[in-house]
Amino acid sequence: MTASAVRTGTDTTGAVQSLTLGKALNQGLRAAMEADPRVIVMGEDVGRLGGVFRITDGLQKDFGEHRVLDTPLAESGIIGTAVGLAVRGYRPVCEIQFDGFIFPGFDQIVSQVAKLHARTRGRVRVPIVIRVPFGGGIGAVEHHSESPESYFAHTAGLKVVACSNPVDAYWMIQQAIRCDDPVLFFEPKRLYHSSALKAEVDTTATPDPLFASRVVRAGTSATLITYGPSVKVSLEAAAAAEQDGNSLEVIDLRSLSPMDLEPVFASVRRTGHAVVVTEAPAESSLSSEIAARIQQECFYSLEAPVLRVTGFDVPYPPAKLEEHFLPDLDRILDTVDRSLAW
Amino acid sequence: MSSPEQWTHPEPGETPAATAASPSAEQVIAGLRATSEGGSELVQLLTPEGERVPNERFDPYVADVTADDLRGLYHDMVLVRRADREANALQRQGQLGIWVPLLGQEAAQIGVGRAMRQTDMAFPSYREHGVAWCRGIKPQELLGIFRGTDNGSWDSQAHRFHPYTIVIGNQVLNAAGYAMGQRFDGKVGDDDGEATVCFFGDGATSQGDVHEGFVWAAVYDAPLVFFCQNNQWAISEPTERQSRLPLYQRARGYGFPGIRVDGNDVLGTLAVSRWALDECRHGNGPVLIEAFTYRMDAHTTTDDPTRYRISDEVETWKLKDPIERVRVHLVRHEMADEAYFDSVQADADAMAAELREFCFSMPDPPTSHMFDSVYAEENPYLAAQREEFLAYSASFEGGH
Repeated sequence: MTASAVRTGTDTTGAVQSLTLGKALNQGLRAAMEADPRVIVMGEDVGRLGGVFRITDGLQKDFGEHRVLDTPLAESGIIGTAVGLAVRGYRPVCEIQFDGFIFPGFDQIVSQVAKLHARTRGRVRVPIVIRVPFGGGIGAVEHHSESPESYFAHTAGLKVVACSNPVDAYWMIQQAIRCDDPVLFFEPKRLYHSSALKAEVDTTATPDPLFASRVVRAGTSATLITYGPSVKVSLEAAAAAEQDGNSLEVIDLRSLSPMDLEPVFASVRRTGHAVVVTEAPAESSLSSEIAARIQQECFYSLEAPVLRVTGFDVPYPPAKLEEHFLPDLDRILDTVDRSLAW
Repeated sequence: MSSPEQWTHPEPGETPAATAASPSAEQVIAGLRATSEGGSELVQLLTPEGERVPNERFDPYVADVTADDLRGLYHDMVLVRRADREANALQRQGQLGIWVPLLGQEAAQIGVGRAMRQTDMAFPSYREHGVAWCRGIKPQELLGIFRGTDNGSWDSQAHRFHPYTIVIGNQVLNAAGYAMGQRFDGKVGDDDGEATVCFFGDGATSQGDVHEGFVWAAVYDAPLVFFCQNNQWAISEPTERQSRLPLYQRARGYGFPGIRVDGNDVLGTLAVSRWALDECRHGNGPVLIEAFTYRMDAHTTTDDPTRYRISDEVETWKLKDPIERVRVHLVRHEMADEAYFDSVQADADAMAAELREFCFSMPDPPTSHMFDSVYAEENPYLAAQREEFLAYSASFEGGH
């Protein structure tokens, strides 16, 4: 993917930096903390260490221990105290160290974070951002490579987004923090430090809205619908497909709840072929939801069923098997071929 | 932080555990479970017989309590009990789907509720009708949850009384976070400091969130009073099923003071709560208070306590009634006469009549309510679902 594919807004003088996704998040967090003194960062090892992925690097040094909290090691505690801090008027940004560790906090997220606004008929707002490094491909041990986003998209009261590139990372984290609703913010951890993905981030640009999808590659033969780490793989597949004379449109959903599917419907109405690509397993998932809504809205335009390329419905496998679990270029192209040949 | 010398409890094992893990068969048969007695560490200023017991440590915290104040505490307890009984009856008559009785816990709740200041914050569980009363919330405002018209209608920010929390223990962490915020805001450190009180029961002490709340509040020196109403029963499970140790002694493991007060003694609870809040205001929090009390009625109106506890136990606790002892005390010291008690009863009856009338007049909420406050900012998908359903609903004759 080229930087220009994801550039937003107009070029202005200065304030343009070439950043990795991880560094862009760091800069975005910094900008949000500078803009609003009520923004606090909390999580395990986010302070002195700067987080195990260094996403919060340097923030505690510059903003102090009361704004960047090294918390005790318990995820329910992180989320549960963030709720109280939000009630008090703070805007907590919680880091969950790895996707597979969010479950001890699941109760607080589903029972309190998601429902407090509705419970109080809007009198209490819960502007919490929960950052989750997600997805596989880093050769990790169990519980470090999961894609739990569907649980949260399924829960009313939460908003769920996933960034896929440095420009979005920089803006989306700031927009999520400004949002008055709780936002689950999924970050493709294996792309954090990818130098190939580095992009020019113009900090004076006007970003796209947070809850909007984006066509990141135009095409005419079939539509790939994806988000997070799978955007990169899908773009690579589209580039390869071009060699075979197939023009794939790639749509980065960016927002997983609510989903902005109008651009998807418009695309599928043109191409007649839809393939959803996610690392998350297929069963009862976001990919199921996307497929259902496409068939509902594009029924007479479809020339093939909506197909999916996903992780399998198994616990995330040991590292030596993950390359078979994760959607890759070949599986995507194979599925596109099946759709086109339908 | 408080020094270990200030802690009020002995080493575990120094005195016989009051909530013995295994009461003898004789105790059980006689209906005299160990949990009927609070043990030697129990703080009590007013005995069940209405005798004022001197207490060097806590008397200063109620030295300013006048006869008028005592009558006020009595008035509070009678009215919240009356509201509770009325709501219980409304459930029996089909006006409420369920009710969660506070019967027997009036002193614990009024004691701490009246110790709190307007600037303090409360995080209740779902039985804190007496605390709600002290925070200026009318009993009427509690009904919606139990009638099924809303999930709590009071303004939790204005009253500084968080919505009822039904998932056991969640609110303890929420309270810890709020109290951390009070500290971060610089509202702790002198007589004018702010504090938070969170409410939970003996059953909740087994929850991970309560443990984590203890940890968070401790390491951030949060101005938080953990107010545990040990009413001896978590639905059908006795406190022995939750802990080997008297609950207040758990505080020591987290590094802050824990104290057990007679939760049926409104004066004792007021004194201990004032002390605990004072500690928190000055930056010496958190503090754990175990209010040793008894759930005289069922867990909720759906529960049948005769299946798991013996009536002798209930009879034993009737003799420790929180209201009766204040009444006896007021009479003995000529601080109130029959005319006064009659006037309190008249107030209670009038309030109950009003509550009843209000309940009958409560409208069902408009259908749109379930969609309206899910998000603070717009959600186009949900908006479309709402419009579709409302149009469908309106297509019926007399649609909503």
